[in-house]
Amino acid sequence: MSELSVRHLLGIKYLNEADIRLIFETATQFKEVINRPIKKVPSLRDITIANLFFENSTRTKLSFELAQKRLSADVINFAASMSSLKKGETLIDTVNNILSMKVDMVVMRHSSAGAASFLAEHVDATIINAGDGAHEHPTQALLDTFSIAERLGDVAGKKVVIIGDILHSRVALSNIFALQKLGAQVKVCGPSTLMPKHITSLGVTVETDVKKALEWCDVANVLRVQFERMSASYFPSNREYAAFYGITKPMLDSLEKEIVIMHPGPINRGVELSSEVVDSDQAIILNQVENGVAVRMAVLYLLAAKK
Amino acid sequence: MKSEKTPKTINFFYFCKNYGMSKKLLLSAEDLRIILFRLACQLKETHGNFTQTLLVGLQPRGVRLAERLLHTLTNHYEVPNVQLSKLDITFFRDDFRRSGKVLNASDNSMEFGVENKRIVLIDDVLYTGRSIRAALTAIDSYGRPAEIQLLNLIDRRFSRHLPIQPDFCGHQVDAIQNERVVVCWKEDDNEDAVYLVNK
Repeated sequence: MSELSVRHLLGIKYLNEADIRLIFETATQFKEVINRPIKKVPSLRDITIANLFFENSTRTKLSFELAQKRLSADVINFAASMSSLKKGETLIDTVNNILSMKVDMVVMRHSSAGAASFLAEHVDATIINAGDGAHEHPTQALLDTFSIAERLGDVAGKKVVIIGDILHSRVALSNIFALQKLGAQVKVCGPSTLMPKHITSLGVTVETDVKKALEWCDVANVLRVQFERMSASYFPSNREYAAFYGITKPMLDSLEKEIVIMHPGPINRGVELSSEVVDSDQAIILNQVENGVAVRMAVLYLLAAKK
Repeated sequence: MKSEKTPKTINFFYFCKNYGMSKKLLLSAEDLRIILFRLACQLKETHGNFTQTLLVGLQPRGVRLAERLLHTLTNHYEVPNVQLSKLDITFFRDDFRRSGKVLNASDNSMEFGVENKRIVLIDDVLYTGRSIRAALTAIDSYGRPAEIQLLNLIDRRFSRHLPIQPDFCGHQVDAIQNERVVVCWKEDDNEDAVYLVNK
């Protein structure tokens, strides 16, 4: 019987290849479950999970909540905007107060990198990182790689390019770790202003010409331009970004092979991807969303088993 | 995309050799052959041409038995088109977080609907009855069958935790608690036999 090597899911960095493959296998089973007429199993019926979202989220929160409900867990939701945080309570105090109401697991999104690891050290509950600043977003990377494996058979040996705002992206970092652990080659592509300084130390190659990147890859994971995280101007205008880094249908049609297009959402239509590309068969964006629930069910199930 | 899994079936000889356990033969290959014929015959008697019937093998160990019964029904009793599904009950078990081990799921293929079907649940050994309880709940999430029957190769009497009894039974055994019944199949363990093993 195999189990995860970790007690918390803080980042892909802390998982090994066997962990990721176990999550994939379990997610495959759960994907079958969520396609049944009755999409619910009783596995986590004695577990209470708190979703703490200190930063806004729509799909990750919905996806986690649905995964928890499909596993029959009890769920409480917490949004920072309506909390006592504004009254000056510290993170540990907030979480400990919630835990004293007998909560077993915490799913947390926070704007500070390392918030999940910090919490895991200081409170007694299983912590799942649902995004911490520009650090990691492990479940997104798991569902992205799971979707690649589902479409192309395996991740190993595939060429994946991550295009866009690498600097502000936790999705990029988690994806790089996950793809490399599963044996894929990774390239990052974007304007040099949105490229972290020492990104090549992670073993990825950098490309600034999007056309060349697309010619090289099997899969293009296109990231959202995160306007809300940009305190300075990183490029002159949206139109200029779209002209240099936006992906259009004619660009894809001019390639020798048919590549797979992914996007973690929410999409800025007409900026990083044209509407035609988003709605084409090459895009697996909605498959990613469906797989998100299955992958999160697998993560919750396997971590709950570690008790 | 799947990685190499450790086989879910137990290699019986490896087990005995490494754990120094004593074993006693309960059923030989010939006994098993006769029992399979009888069970298939009883199924045929109850279900006729199987138009409304769905055989459901429980993962991991009941599937092999279900496949053998299907083979006998098709080839010896000449019943065509018998439907067989595989049901995995991992997520419905009541010992999750209690057994001290992680429960890993097996493949589940329930492509035939269960609505208004006559279902025969098939498992190799009936012991506490908890797997069957989980299977009943699992079947429920696919719809409402007309009826559910239970077929077991081995019924370990007097060890039930729940009020569950088989409708079709291959062989009854009175085993004590620290004994284990191991069913071996040629496909997985190189022989057809049932052993009683001392833990």
